[in-house]
Amino acid sequence: MIYFKYLRMVIRSFMQYRLSFWLNLLGQFFVTFFAFAGMALLFRRFGSIGGWSFGEAALCFAVVGTSFALTECFARGFDIFQRQIKSGDFDRLLLRPRGTVLQVMGSNFELTRAGRLAQSLVVLGLAVSWVDVTWTAAKILTLVLMILSGVAVFTGVFILGAVVCFWTVEGLEFINIFTDGGREIAAYPLTIYPKWIMRFFTFLLPFGCFNYLPLLYLTGRAAAHPTLYMLTPLLGFVYLLPCLLLWRFGVRHYISTGN
Amino acid sequence: MRQYAALFKMRLIAGFQYRAAAWAGVATQFAFGFVFILTYDAFYRSSAQEPPMPWEDLVTYLWLQQAFLAIIMLWWQDGELLSGITDGHVAYELCRPYDMYAVWYARLVALRLSSVLLRCGPILIITVFLPARWRMHLPAGPKAAALFLLSLALSLLLVAAVSMFVYILTFITLSPVGARLIIGIASEFLQGSVIPIPLMPKPLQQVLNFFPFRYAVDLPFRLYSGNIAGSDALVQLGIQLAWVVGLVLLGYWAFGRVLKKVVIQGG
Repeated sequence: MIYFKYLRMVIRSFMQYRLSFWLNLLGQFFVTFFAFAGMALLFRRFGSIGGWSFGEAALCFAVVGTSFALTECFARGFDIFQRQIKSGDFDRLLLRPRGTVLQVMGSNFELTRAGRLAQSLVVLGLAVSWVDVTWTAAKILTLVLMILSGVAVFTGVFILGAVVCFWTVEGLEFINIFTDGGREIAAYPLTIYPKWIMRFFTFLLPFGCFNYLPLLYLTGRAAAHPTLYMLTPLLGFVYLLPCLLLWRFGVRHYISTGN
Repeated sequence: MRQYAALFKMRLIAGFQYRAAAWAGVATQFAFGFVFILTYDAFYRSSAQEPPMPWEDLVTYLWLQQAFLAIIMLWWQDGELLSGITDGHVAYELCRPYDMYAVWYARLVALRLSSVLLRCGPILIITVFLPARWRMHLPAGPKAAALFLLSLALSLLLVAAVSMFVYILTFITLSPVGARLIIGIASEFLQGSVIPIPLMPKPLQQVLNFFPFRYAVDLPFRLYSGNIAGSDALVQLGIQLAWVVGLVLLGYWAFGRVLKKVVIQGG
């Protein structure tokens, strides 16, 4: 519940700069709009990618976009955690009688990502009608699970990035390779990439469990074990556990910068 | 003139101080270069007909884009100047006895130049020696190399001239995000940074010819691979130069106008 109080507080503080907020929102909308336009133009030029149609890739793009936007909205605190470490603000959180995960999550909500979210949802709607899939209740459920699983995985990656800051103090730009780069990669079904990329993004950073594995089920490519593939998104939630354990390990080893 | 040169040099040296950031940037740009190549690789393999841009040219284009990112990306701006406009620090600038447009313009050029000189080296050297499918090719010839360098220098001036409009608009809207975000994002697509312009449909390509952005990225990188050559190259370089001069003059005029009406925020 305290989480929603945090949320209300941040919304209020955002509304103090209305014009800036709306322009930012619009900008976020266009970031993904142009990325999608680029994708559409590439499909216009090349027809298909590794046996996947434009509709299927658009579905992938929309799921990743929606998950990423939601994660940036609600778990932004971990993404910019290095600022708290550097300024020493994290010491204050440790003194309070609440969990650190909740407090860091509540420290920031990037509401402008709603622009990105809106764009991704539009693409999602279009992609659902474009793909050659009969939408049964099970498939709709899978789609919802994919998005939620994506949020879990991206949150996990953000947490891992924040854990690194316990030791480095400085935020590391290379974390972006896995968050932004992972987003770029997961915008297409992972099977189009070389095997080692696929393995990395399935086992180490499990983008595959909300990307191509359930997509195989949705598009009828997993005839042998449909239920198995349908349930793969659940693995994304399991991934949060080791991330949270690492977080606790990091908190225990935290040495304040002292300012 | 001497004072502007001195300020330019000062900014350049200040930019060279951020070496650790530059290395992190190089690593990130490598990774993104690989990601983009991987995606295009899958597209090229699935393509039924011959794409309008040969694979070697595309890879070279993508690596050049990563190597010279600091020159071409328009969403990257001088945060100090932008926040100065909104928090009132710009008042000090107004008191100084120099031409503000010239100084800010020189500052933007120096910022990009110092960053690109730090970053482009490792990327250019390593990518030339990568395995065949990933390799960046050398310029099509000495003439192509010369035209490329000339055009890239003009790109730097062009991007700085367009950037000045971000600051001009910030004086009007007093919001440091809006103008920067809109110009930054739209330009990325119009430049050919999202996808290379030769891969776009023909009618869209013709539309993009009417904007200055194409001349900052598409032109120099295609001069490099010899995709644009001969008399066409000279004509397009002429257009690029005309855009630089035109936008600087327009910016100079607009900058003067907003400075007359400027309201200082805070104390």
